[in-house]
Amino acid sequence: MNNNDALWEDSNQSDYMNKTRLGLDEALIRQISTDKNEPAWMLEKRLASFELFKTKAMPTWGPDLSKLDLTSITYYAKAMDRPAESWDDVPADIKNTFDKLGIPQAEQELLAGVGAQYESTAIYHSLKEELSEQGVIFEDLDIALQKYPSLVEPYFMKAMPSSLHRFAALHGAVWSGGTFLYIPAGVKIEQPLQAYFRMNAKGMGQFEHTLIIVESGAQAHYIEGCSAPRYGVDSLHAGGVEIYVKEGARFRYSSVESWSKDAYNLNTKRAIVEADAHMEWVGGNFGSNTTMLYPCSILKGDRSSADHLGVAFAGAGQTQDTGAKVIHLGKDTTSNIVTKSISREGGKAIYRGLVEISPLATNAVVSVKCDSLILDDKSQADTIPVMKINNETATISHEASTGKINAEDLFYLRSRGIKESEASAMIVNGFIEPITKELPLEYSVEMNRLVELEMEDSIG
Amino acid sequence: MNILEIKNLTVTTSDKIILDDINFTLAKGESLAIMGPNGSGKSTFAKVLLGHPDYQIKSGSIVFNGQDILKLKPEERAAAGLFLSFQEPREIAGLDLFSFLFDAYRALQEARGKEKISVFDFKTILDAELEALAVKGDWSNRQVNTGFSGGEKKKAELLQLALAEPTLAVLDEIDSGLDVDALVIAGKAIDRAKAKGTSFLVVTHYRRVLEYVRPDKVLVLSAGKVAAFGGPELADKFEAEGFASVEK
Repeated sequence: MNNNDALWEDSNQSDYMNKTRLGLDEALIRQISTDKNEPAWMLEKRLASFELFKTKAMPTWGPDLSKLDLTSITYYAKAMDRPAESWDDVPADIKNTFDKLGIPQAEQELLAGVGAQYESTAIYHSLKEELSEQGVIFEDLDIALQKYPSLVEPYFMKAMPSSLHRFAALHGAVWSGGTFLYIPAGVKIEQPLQAYFRMNAKGMGQFEHTLIIVESGAQAHYIEGCSAPRYGVDSLHAGGVEIYVKEGARFRYSSVESWSKDAYNLNTKRAIVEADAHMEWVGGNFGSNTTMLYPCSILKGDRSSADHLGVAFAGAGQTQDTGAKVIHLGKDTTSNIVTKSISREGGKAIYRGLVEISPLATNAVVSVKCDSLILDDKSQADTIPVMKINNETATISHEASTGKINAEDLFYLRSRGIKESEASAMIVNGFIEPITKELPLEYSVEMNRLVELEMEDSIG
Repeated sequence: MNILEIKNLTVTTSDKIILDDINFTLAKGESLAIMGPNGSGKSTFAKVLLGHPDYQIKSGSIVFNGQDILKLKPEERAAAGLFLSFQEPREIAGLDLFSFLFDAYRALQEARGKEKISVFDFKTILDAELEALAVKGDWSNRQVNTGFSGGEKKKAELLQLALAEPTLAVLDEIDSGLDVDALVIAGKAIDRAKAKGTSFLVVTHYRRVLEYVRPDKVLVLSAGKVAAFGGPELADKFEAEGFASVEK
């Protein structure tokens, strides 16, 4: 556990910061595009997004973003000129970071492929041969844009248009790095495909874009974990995730995010789900100063469905404003939202959800269940579930609960010799178990450790 | 040497006196039964011994194994050698039973200055205890007491008792939820612990469990006060003639 802490505190020395600068203007956007040798349409998209960004106001309906100074963010940095071909090509300081994260071992044992993002440029990418033989593409998005432009262009920022909100527009202007995953029709992949992200440079934004296309009848599970070292200067993360789940396909997107305590994590994740297809979101949100994240499923096709499972942990000085958004468009569509939040030491955990049933979406079934655990009197939990129901045939259920750690449970565990902070962490981990059990073992263990870390200093 | 010395112990909860001037001692190697009607303070006494935070000690002392334990936290009392088998064991959803047992075992070992045990060695110990308790079915994917029958819960308590190797084990209504066969198994578990040097303090309504514990002393509580303190014959009298017969 202490090792983890050391990992977060230590920011590796890198020389690439010399090449970067603060703030955003058209020249920087052109430079990004030129550096990446992008097709003209991408530059146009970036510039159009930048124009939108200038017209969009900061969102004021949620957490306070007034301290986020967008002029003091580094919008673009690159660690190396091109991604390393193999582990041996990865520079030592970067390798050291990944060594601590355990990536090489993890890969040897379990991973089907690793896409790791260090700053804005992918440094390491590998994919097992059996997958590429099946036509699976698992690439850095910058590279996919060069190698498979006709696959990228029809989808890029269609599910997540720049016009969505200010940070989607910003993302469209400065996005850099990220993952492209393409699963051909009928291909079923059992092992989760994994990517690690790490935001490292002081005050630096990270705007990675994840684009995933799951063709008809295909099945896959993509998982990413994010962690960031702690810094005193505000950092901004405004990533984007777009997922296209085609007819009859099944896809699960899992992420465990643990941002530095000063980071603004303003992320946009959206999936378009076609007929008979199924989308699952499994997420854990830790750290950050403020997180705003509401993964969205657009149930476009008839009989499409989505599950949204989320855990949020708000510690001292943190606001976790998270939830889910589901738009029911097709007939006989189903959505199931289960969230668990924990707040302590003055943290604020807010479930914010929007479920919209369109007039044509007959027989939609919606289930929303939000549980909050508040660990002390200083902390807060709120539930803001919005339902817009425009079709009377919908079946909606909503449950919410708010509670504290049961004092008798705590006494029971302590009477067995377990320290109070550990006993509390055990109870909290039990509380989120319905969600962690959906993650691969190493990720559920990591999420449990994050809870233990958060709880360690909570009780004197 | 006494295992337990209770002197002038007065305990309140929400400013109400719930245990009033309790005095008794228990010698090492001896076992004690605490009897009394509902609401007499039996279960409260058991929880006070382990340091339940709901109860305030107004006066008096609890000396366990030569050590004043009033300032110790529940986990420190456990490490010192106290164990409480709960009348109603808590169901803790989502907490894996075996990892909880392992964590608790390691916590006690560490606090007692013993060497760390590997998960494999622990599994060996655990399997032996599961077998000794005639646990039916596979508990390896169960969560702490969640969905357990009354009997299974009590077996799980006895399993934890065996793993904790306490100096003094407090059993609060251990026989509730146990059928006759299970009670025999529980009796054997108590004998095994006794053979390892564990003393017992049994809180009970009924005499039947005392056949398995065979206490050396019997304490009868009434309205938070000691109504009677004596040998095992007190329990017979208590059951045969009712509570009034033993009142001072």
